Amino acid sequence: MNTCDFKKELERHNLQLTRAETTALQVNIGLACDLACRHCHLEAGPARTEMMDEETVSAVIQCARRLPFNTIDITGGAPELLPFLPHMIESLAPLAPHLIVRTNLVSLARPESKLLPELYRHHKVIISASLPATNASQTESQRGSGVWATSLSMLKELNRIGYGVEGSGLQLDLISNPAGAFLPAGQAQTERRYRQDLQRRHGIVFTNLYTFANVPLGRFRAWLEQSGNLDSYLKKLSGSFNSCTVAGLMCRSQISVDWNGFLYDCDFNLAAGLHHGERRIHISELKQLPACGTAVPVGDHCYACTAGSGFT
Amino acid sequence: METYYNKADLASFGDIGKDAPELAGKFFDYYGAVFAEGALTEREKALIALAVAHAVQCPYCIDSYTTACLEKGSNLEEMTEALHVVTAIRGGASLVHGIQMRKIAEKLSL
Repeated sequence: MNTCDFKKELERHNLQLTRAETTALQVNIGLACDLACRHCHLEAGPARTEMMDEETVSAVIQCARRLPFNTIDITGGAPELLPFLPHMIESLAPLAPHLIVRTNLVSLARPESKLLPELYRHHKVIISASLPATNASQTESQRGSGVWATSLSMLKELNRIGYGVEGSGLQLDLISNPAGAFLPAGQAQTERRYRQDLQRRHGIVFTNLYTFANVPLGRFRAWLEQSGNLDSYLKKLSGSFNSCTVAGLMCRSQISVDWNGFLYDCDFNLAAGLHHGERRIHISELKQLPACGTAVPVGDHCYACTAGSGFT
Repeated sequence: METYYNKADLASFGDIGKDAPELAGKFFDYYGAVFAEGALTEREKALIALAVAHAVQCPYCIDSYTTACLEKGSNLEEMTEALHVVTAIRGGASLVHGIQMRKIAEKLSL
């Protein structure tokens, strides 16, 4: 399978992948992370030093001031490792109805992050936390030793300050990616199961659960190759192509900015080095929202977002 | 090495309908309906199928339902417990026939 296969797939279904109205700004603050998850499409980890500098943080905030975004979504790496994160939260929260910060939970549990949960609560930041499974073995096989206990402890702490608790207005979403070269379970049934398991065994509550297929890029792709799973996984993804997902793909309505300030249509194209508009555009040059109809560059990784119920 | 069981053959399962399409059609319709969500979830049905696959020792079914169990959200701990359930029943079915043995032996013995 190569890049053209996904293009051909779209052509076979008489579809084009082009931008729709842009409603979300995703900010990738860099690749530094205290975990080195085996499914990471960015190969983030403790040895990575790529991080957004103060000037780029400022350019992101200025962009959010001049353009109307419904959602701003801060991701990484681990956003908690960015020294300017509190400044970003305070500056961005008033600028969009929804501000999301993604977390691996372990970074949020560090002593250095102690003040962040209260800052999030104050600004009603939506917390989007990774938890691949409701058991220690699958969670740690994907994310590393010790992650399960720390994740549970952090989720309990977030519940304690109101996150995920019905009626609090504080949204705590969980993200589940499969712990291997297989597709995710259906979202509705997985959410039911998570609610039951986490509440009964650990007294943990949350708002929504989202299941996503692992994207064959970065560290996950390297593992697929080493383990002899790459061909069968790519076939599985392409065999599960669902043309109905294309209209709602996030790359149509989101613009992603990397730690250097350059723009992509999604975080996966960022990892693959496929620039928005197929050229290097800096966020400081973004004077208006991307034009509807602009083509989105594609690769074989795009099959991960169109498999089954899709990745929107 | 050539073997009787080839992983790729599973994808040709549908070919079984070539010389008896009506019967195959009925079987595959039934098969699909059985595994759809009902009083039992798809996940629970996949766990049952995985256990039975080991009891009937079908390598195709073991391959399919290991993947299906993972994709329906089960983990290795649950899948292993399911195998112990089928093993207990299979072993128990042998052992319980020991009662027949005992009755016959007692009848024949002084």
